[in-house]
Amino acid sequence: MKISQNIAISENGFLFNPATGDSFSTNDTGKEIVRLLQEGKNQAQILDAMEGLFATDRASLEKDLADFLYMLGNYRILDANTAPGSL
Amino acid sequence: MSKRTYERPYLRKLNAGLGNKFGTRHSQLPVTEIDGVPVASIMDEYGSPCFVLSEQTIRQTYRNAVRAFGTRYPKVQMAWSYKTNYLNAVCRIFHEEGSWAEVVSIFEYRKALGNGVPGHQILFNGPDKSADDLRFAVQNGSLIHIDHLDELYQLSEILATEDLKARVALRINMDTGVYPLWDRFGFNYENGSAWTAVTKVMAQSRMQLAGLHCHIGTYMLSSQAYAVAANKLCDLALEIRNQYQHRIEYLDLGGGFASGNTLKGSYLQGSDVIPTMDDYAEAISGAILQHPFGMSGELPTLFLESGRALIDDAGYLLGTVLALKRLGDGRRATIMDFGVNLLFTSFWYEHRISPAQDYSSHHEDMVLYGPLCMNIDVVRENVSLPLLQKGDRVVVHRVGAYNMTQWMQFIQMRPNVVLIDTRGVVHLIRRREDVQTLNNQELVPEYLEAVKGS
Repeated sequence: MKISQNIAISENGFLFNPATGDSFSTNDTGKEIVRLLQEGKNQAQILDAMEGLFATDRASLEKDLADFLYMLGNYRILDANTAPGSL
Repeated sequence: MSKRTYERPYLRKLNAGLGNKFGTRHSQLPVTEIDGVPVASIMDEYGSPCFVLSEQTIRQTYRNAVRAFGTRYPKVQMAWSYKTNYLNAVCRIFHEEGSWAEVVSIFEYRKALGNGVPGHQILFNGPDKSADDLRFAVQNGSLIHIDHLDELYQLSEILATEDLKARVALRINMDTGVYPLWDRFGFNYENGSAWTAVTKVMAQSRMQLAGLHCHIGTYMLSSQAYAVAANKLCDLALEIRNQYQHRIEYLDLGGGFASGNTLKGSYLQGSDVIPTMDDYAEAISGAILQHPFGMSGELPTLFLESGRALIDDAGYLLGTVLALKRLGDGRRATIMDFGVNLLFTSFWYEHRISPAQDYSSHHEDMVLYGPLCMNIDVVRENVSLPLLQKGDRVVVHRVGAYNMTQWMQFIQMRPNVVLIDTRGVVHLIRRREDVQTLNNQELVPEYLEAVKGS
């Protein structure tokens, strides 16, 4: 699971993928996940980090993270071969 | 260090300049109260889902309609359309405001009697009136609105056999310029069936033709169609006066006035395109007052059977998010604890849905599904809502008409219905059903009684 190179993300959650020219909007939680991905963290490490940062339960985090990573893969923000669920 | 508030991560692709079938977000604020009563407290006490009716809105809407017609026409009588919402508490509010009852079956007829409506203030419409129903209604002095010739002959026979007299009206259907025509009820004006029916009633010494009735459609977006209908009824009434020297006492223009809901496929919001009650009143009153029939002799009483426009706004459905999922094509799906079983009107309305708790500025395009194991259980096909979570509560607006009569009992029980009175006190007006409610109606043949699941 590896985030595409040169993904730019602003303080207010504006995300730009220079490889495709696509831009996206994300929230505080999404921004944090992208930052952790850029630091090279894997799914388990991201979960641990998020659990320490946000007031929620692990089950919700796990479910929501899986969905968010799916969307990142779907939009080619994660490298296709490394996205969760890729065959 | 305290932890940050969690919101589900969200990613939305930005498509500047492109149209969006999900539409824009309309609701800017959560709906946390109804008539000053916290939504959360209602749901905590009465469960989810739960229907809520606002007595204050019912009375305000009714009084606005009475004002709109009453300031334009001197003799107006409302008759509450039972089929729209026949919960006794609701009917009694309308009756207390001065409304008669308009019923379309013996079930509704008996409900109206039970609600204290005198027989002579019940308009009996509908195509299904048995001999017993007709006899009972005639004995009660109700106004029988004849739908077809078979009914006319049946009534004639009953009156002769029982030595009774009946006050009747003929239901007339017609071309008002709105299509498809509603020509399955009553007698057609254009092809002469209506006049044939008039001659048959006038030949009956035991029937007094008191009125002419029409119900030209539902959710009518043209007030002018009512002017056309009123003109045609006046033409007929004038012809009856000229031919028979008989005075028609009342014209009943039915209902069909639109509520503020948005129809599926409508580009604009419902409240931006529907005629106001004043528009309908102006069209109908103006047509009668300016017609030679209205200008000569005593004006007929104008009956109105509006249902939807008087109750829709007063009804809310409170519900809860059961689950979230991602569909195969990437769309967000949100599953609610109410579906088309309770929200029958979601088949033709894009109901406005508001979260009942605070939310962030982010919103998401989604499909809203109900809880039924049934593929057609779709509450909204495309809607943009804040980031809902499992357990979040929502308020569905304008559900007062037809949902509490056309709801279906399919794999789930019908929920509690509460009424918020004008002082803000919440009253349970229909208890939720349970398994016993339904099992009470069932019988198991003796030879199956001993069968147990293996």
